[in-house]
Formats: sequence, C-alpha cells, structure tokens
Amino acid sequence: MTTPTEPAAFIPPPPSRGLRLLSLLWNDKFAFMGAMFVLLIVLFAVFGPMLFGDVATKMNLRARNMEPFTLDKGWLFFLGADALGRSILARIMVAGQNTMAVATSAVVAAMIIGGTFGLLAGFIGGWFGNVVLRLADMIMSFPSLLIAMIVLYMLEPRVENLIIVLGITRMPIYIRTARAEVLEIRERLFVSAARVMGASHWRIVGRHIAPIVLPTLTTIAALDFAFVMLVESALSFLGIGIQPPDITWGLMVSQGKNYLQTAWWLSFFPGLAIMMTALSLNLLSNWVRIALDPVQRWRLEV
Amino acid sequence: MTDQKAPILEVRNLAVGFHTAAGEFDAVKGISFDLYCGETLAILGESGSGKSVSASAVMGILDSPPGFVRGGEAYLDGENLLKLSPSKRRDLMGEKIAMIFQDTLAHLNPVYTIGWQIAECFRVHRGFNAKDAMARSIDLLDRVGMPDPERRAGDYPHQFSGGQRQRIMIAMALALEPAILIADEPTTALDVTVQAQILDLLIDLRNERNMGLILITHDLGVVAEIADRMVVMNAGEIVEQGPVRQVFANPTHPYTKRLMAAIPGRGEFREVLPLPEGDAPKAILEVRDLAKHYGITGGMFGTSTGQTVKACDGVSFDLYAGETLGIVGESGSGKTTVANMLLRLTEPTRGTATLDGKDIFSLAGDELLRLRRRFQAVFQDPFASLNPTMSVFDIISEPWLIHRDVMPKNRYRERVVELLESVGMVADHAERYPHQFSGGQRQRIAVARALALEPEIIICDEAVSALDVSIQAQIIELLADLRDAFGLSYLFIAHDLPVVQELADRVIVMKSGKIVEQGTVVEIFTNPQERYTIDLLGASPIPDPEKMLDRRQRRGISV
Repeated sequence: MTTPTEPAAFIPPPPSRGLRLLSLLWNDKFAFMGAMFVLLIVLFAVFGPMLFGDVATKMNLRARNMEPFTLDKGWLFFLGADALGRSILARIMVAGQNTMAVATSAVVAAMIIGGTFGLLAGFIGGWFGNVVLRLADMIMSFPSLLIAMIVLYMLEPRVENLIIVLGITRMPIYIRTARAEVLEIRERLFVSAARVMGASHWRIVGRHIAPIVLPTLTTIAALDFAFVMLVESALSFLGIGIQPPDITWGLMVSQGKNYLQTAWWLSFFPGLAIMMTALSLNLLSNWVRIALDPVQRWRLEV
Repeated sequence: MTDQKAPILEVRNLAVGFHTAAGEFDAVKGISFDLYCGETLAILGESGSGKSVSASAVMGILDSPPGFVRGGEAYLDGENLLKLSPSKRRDLMGEKIAMIFQDTLAHLNPVYTIGWQIAECFRVHRGFNAKDAMARSIDLLDRVGMPDPERRAGDYPHQFSGGQRQRIMIAMALALEPAILIADEPTTALDVTVQAQILDLLIDLRNERNMGLILITHDLGVVAEIADRMVVMNAGEIVEQGPVRQVFANPTHPYTKRLMAAIPGRGEFREVLPLPEGDAPKAILEVRDLAKHYGITGGMFGTSTGQTVKACDGVSFDLYAGETLGIVGESGSGKTTVANMLLRLTEPTRGTATLDGKDIFSLAGDELLRLRRRFQAVFQDPFASLNPTMSVFDIISEPWLIHRDVMPKNRYRERVVELLESVGMVADHAERYPHQFSGGQRQRIAVARALALEPEIIICDEAVSALDVSIQAQIIELLADLRDAFGLSYLFIAHDLPVVQELADRVIVMKSGKIVEQGTVVEIFTNPQERYTIDLLGASPIPDPEKMLDRRQRRGISV
C-alpha cells in the first residue's frame, strides 16, 4: 500500500542497546573525548584520595612554587608545586573528589527536584503551579551567592550544607524550563491520544511528557555544572565553603590568587580542570540530546 | 483568449535542488511553462511535488541554503529573474510580480496596524507621504471588500478572521499593481464559503487589471473553479499541461488519471443501512442536549465578564451500530467540541450521552477506563498525534499496557504485526519511529493504535483533512474496509463535504454550536432543506470545469 515515491528509511538491525549507544558515541569524536575526560575525572575522584592523599598534603618547603614541566622531582611534580611545596597534580586529583561530589550532587539534586516540581507545576497547574512558581521567583530574586552566604554563615560550612544550598539556589531554572515545556507539550495531540486510551496522569507525565523535557534539562545541567563549581570556589574563598585542609579545585584557584604574578600555575591548572570538565560535560550533553531523539539520531549514524 | 500575445512570464528548464543529509535532492527537475496576461494558470500537485518550491525560486524567496537553483531561466519582460542582482530584484518584486500565501497570520507583522503595513508599500516604492499612502491603503482595503475600511485600517492582524486577513494580503500584493500575482494555496486554510468569496475576488481583480495569475494548489476543485490552464506536477516534474477543460475531460498521463480518480465525492452514495424499524430502534450511543459554554474572562484578575461563548449548544443525535455518522461544519461550528466531550477530553456544561444505559459523562475511575476501550479516536494531524520519541511498536502496544487484561505480554509483537498488516503496512515498520513515515502512513499507524483495543466506536476528528487527495482516498477506503470487517461505528467529523459523502450513512450539519440539519447522506446532498446546508454545498468547489462555469455564471461572475 506504500506509494513508491515514499523514501524507505534504512534501519540497521539493532545489536544490543549498549553496543549501539557506544557506536553512536564513537561516531561523535568530540563527545567521545569528552566522555573519556569525564571518565578520567571520575577515576580521580574515586581513587585519588586513596592513592595520593598523603602526597597531596605533604609539605616540602624546598619545592615552594616549583615551576611546572620538569621531571626533576618525579612525575607528580610535572605540573609544579604550590606555595607550600605540595604537588599540584596530586592535589588536583585529590580535590576532584570534593569538587565532583559537591557539583554533581548539587546539580543532580537541583535537576531532579526542580525538574519534577516543574513538570507537576506545568501539568497540574492551578494553585499548586502558582505556589511552585512564586517560590521559584523568590529564590531567583535573591542573588544565589547571597543566599548561600547567609545560610552557610548560620549553618556550619560543611560539604552537605554546601550541596543543599547550591542545589536550592539552582532549582528555579529547572522549574521554570520544565514548566514552560510541559505547558506546550501537554496540548499536543499525542497527549490527547494517550488520554483517550485511558492513560493515567503518571503515565502521561512519565511516558509522554518527561522524555521530551529531559534533553533540555540535561543540557542546562551540563552548563550549570561549571557555574556551581565556580560558586563553590567563591564560597570557599570567602571562608564559608569547604575549608582547608579539605581541598577543591575552586579553593586551589583562590589560594593561588596571591601568586598570580609570580607563580601562575598555582591557579591555572585547577582552573583548567574546571574548564575542561565543564566543556566535556557540555559536549557529552549535546551528544545525549541527539542520541535520545529518534528524529535527530541519524546524524550520529551516518 | 490571449493566446496570440507573447507571454509575460516564461519559465524555462527551472531546476531546484536541496542539500540534505543523504546528499543532494532534486526538488524541481527542469520545468517549463508560460503565463499570459489576464489568464489564470494553476500549478496542481500534492505535497512534495515541487509546486511551491518552483514559485519561491521564481520569486527569489527560496530558503537558501538548503535550497539552491540548479539551472534554468525565468524571463519577465526579457529579464532573467534568476540572474538578477538582489537590489534589482527588490525593485522588481511588488512592482511587477507579487505573491500571497496560505498562512496569513505568519506573513503579517503582528505589531503594526494593517493600514500601516499596506501604506509601507507606497512609501517605500513610490515615496508617498504618510497621509497619501494611508488614503491609498484605505481605497485598496475597500476594493478587496473589507467592510468599514477606514476604521479597520487601524486594527492589528490578530483582530481579523482568516478570510479577512487573506483579503489584506491580496490588498498588499496589489498595492503596486503588479502584472503577475502568484497565489500559493491562498484558500487552503479557509472554510469553503470563505474560499468561494476569495476566489471570486481573485478572478474579479484579475479581469479588472488584466493580470497574470498563478494559482498553486493541491485542490482539483479550486482548479476547476477558476483556472484557464493547468500544469500538473509530480515529484518535481510537469507530467501534464493544457487548458483546464481539456485536462479534466481527457487526462492523458497516468498520474493525472490517478489524481482525478481519487477525488472524493465522485463515487456512489453508500447504501444506507436500513434503520431498525419497529417500536424501539436501538442506538448504541444516544446524545441528548449536549452543550459546552465557555465563560469569557477579562481584566487583571481573570474575573468572569458574565459573557459566555456557546461552543456547543443543545446537540442531540443517535449513533447506531455499524453506521457512520458524518458531522460537517465550518470552523467554529462546534464539531470538534462535540468529539472532545464524547472522548472525555473536555467536560460538558450540560447534557447526556448514553451508552448501554449509562451516561458516559458520569463515569469515573474504573468505569471510565472500561469506557475508553469501547471509544477510540483518530485525530486530524498524524504528525502531532504520534509521540515522536516512541517506536511504532511502543505506540501501538501502549493501550495494552494501560488495559492489562486485553492482551498477554507475550502476544504483543504478534498482534502489533497483525494490526499493522490490517492497515496496509508491514511487520518491519514496527521498529521505526514516526518521523520516518509519510503523512498517510502515520495516519495508518494512528488507525492501528485506535484498533488495538478493539473498540466499538471510533471518532475520526478531521482524520483525512491534512492528507493529500490520493492518500485521502486510500485512508477513506481503509476506514470503510475496517468498518465492514470489524463492525465499527464511526463518528466522522469533517469540514469537507465530499469526503463525508463517500463514507457516511447519515450526516449532521452544524453551525455555531447547533445542529442545522440532519438526515441520510442522500437527503442532505441531493435535497438539502436549510439555507445554510445549501450554501455549504454550493460553496464547495466541484472538480468539474463545466459545472463550475455554470455555477459561476449564475453568481454573475464572468470567467
């Protein structure tokens, strides 16, 4: 019954789902490199403190502000040493744990909670939607750094509190985006079609609306990641974030600030780590968006 | 006619390509045609035939990239339009050649008054001062039949109806008195009665100004109504051209023949099911005094203004087993509101709909869920009614995940394939996604999904309106076959009378939320009683040039 003019789309027989995703990832070289870098950072975060915890805190006053790119003191000092003669490479690897823990938890929590509230606010609407939106407005109308300062000043500046504060201040962006998308999607015909079938509200939100909103949210989350890392470093710098001897990349950047004229590498390499992580996550989230969208997926298959 | 004169527009071997992911695609493959003063040339084709792309290329408004002109010439007064510099082309556009479009709301700037927008032509091209330009604009609005033009010139585009906006577009196109007017599907988005008025206006203006009119359309009825000559396009090529009457009377190319055969409303009326005689004719669905009123809210706090819009007002009808009931009406007649209420997508203001002795509007919870199994729907836009992130298998099997007892999970695949085959598709299609199918195929998938729950009643809300004529015919045939095979009842909603004529047993005509007339399909089409029904039938174009000429002369318009 198909008319001959209709182009027959080529569909390769699907291997396993995991293998297919891997081949899709391999086809986007930038995203692949991004994925490799993120994997590396995750390995640092998991094993770094275990392997290099001692090296990272061992002072060596003879190696104060040692210049990078020499192997005189061993490969750990390839990126130089800080003001107390500690290996920067080792410190980056160790600091990865705290940094990733704070940023990942804050962003993921903000995305899941904010996204859920946004979905429900858009789908249910009414007074519930209004309350959620006004709350988001209230959070947004304060500068996020200011809220964080006030809260952390009152509470103890601990990792958990930092995560909670950062998560809450980043939530409105997900609430608003998710709600706006839901308002449009819930009017689409396929949602009516699902209703006619008798689909429950949960099914409509979970199966029909959320998968379309999700790629937008993950893209925002990847962008937000860098922002959260920087806010965290600003708070650490102000003395209400993570405190030495704990280390984060942001803390390393701020500690090196005083030596920018004489020893740039103190701030540069941790800063580079922040930038590279953010960039990799962006490349990766872009890939996820395309790979999850059946209409766009061919771009990765050609 | 004007055959002796030289053509004002000569298109020779025009070829247009598009860059796509799969390489270059030839949208138009070397077409040639002429246009003479004072004639209407129709370019007829289905979606994807290249008819709009050719016109855009001539006008220089092709989306480029991805589109590009591969070759050919288009001569206007001895100048090749395709080779003009952008600034020379700008001078020519509007002066010599103008265009109107289907989507009027998108082509008018929403932040300026329409008087200002028309006056802009005079100021930019003719250097008029603001006052003179406005005076000319008001004259033009008057000419295109805008009531109270002086006042309305100060209104914004959204304050006009679709038909009025098309009049405004025409006024704008005619501002500089072009020699050629290209109309790209000018009436496709309009109701039939409005369509007839706009076509009359176009013909009138063409005669008055001796313009050449190029009418791009997919509608054979429109071609028969106003064109002198026609060009039939298919897949980027001209397959046939000639005087309209000749082509209609004697199509030579197989594609044209197929197109003519697919015109709805040419077949015989369906043999009407005899209504059960005797004391108690048993309807499966009895709708009584159904109404939906919307309150108009206004002001800062969204308070009710006390006014209501009656989208649907006291509609009653019966639906019998195995019958197809057509509901026909123009936009705003409330036909879709009726469908949405019966599907429980909108709650009615009052009224009942009884199915097996129970009012479906009072059902909730499990009872409502059971009702859903018996009531399914096929919607108008097959591009929007399928979730783009789900595969065809997921789409068709979703109803069974909601109604767990219909089908054991291990039979899903087998049954999906059966359903796909029953709507004329193949098993391989199950793994694909909606965007990989054409409009007609998507509508088949939507029908398969509706059948998945083995319903008794299917509500088709403009189910074939968005499809090309030949695809439309296929889907109607499919619906008819399925009805006979499964004993389905259809509530078939359409704005298009000929479509209903072929499928329906009985017809309801609606206007402004009320039923104007109802009867068997033969009664409505051959012996309509109400003025509105007669007008509606009279306005829908018949794809037969002889009959159209006759009708036109009766309306006092010369061709």
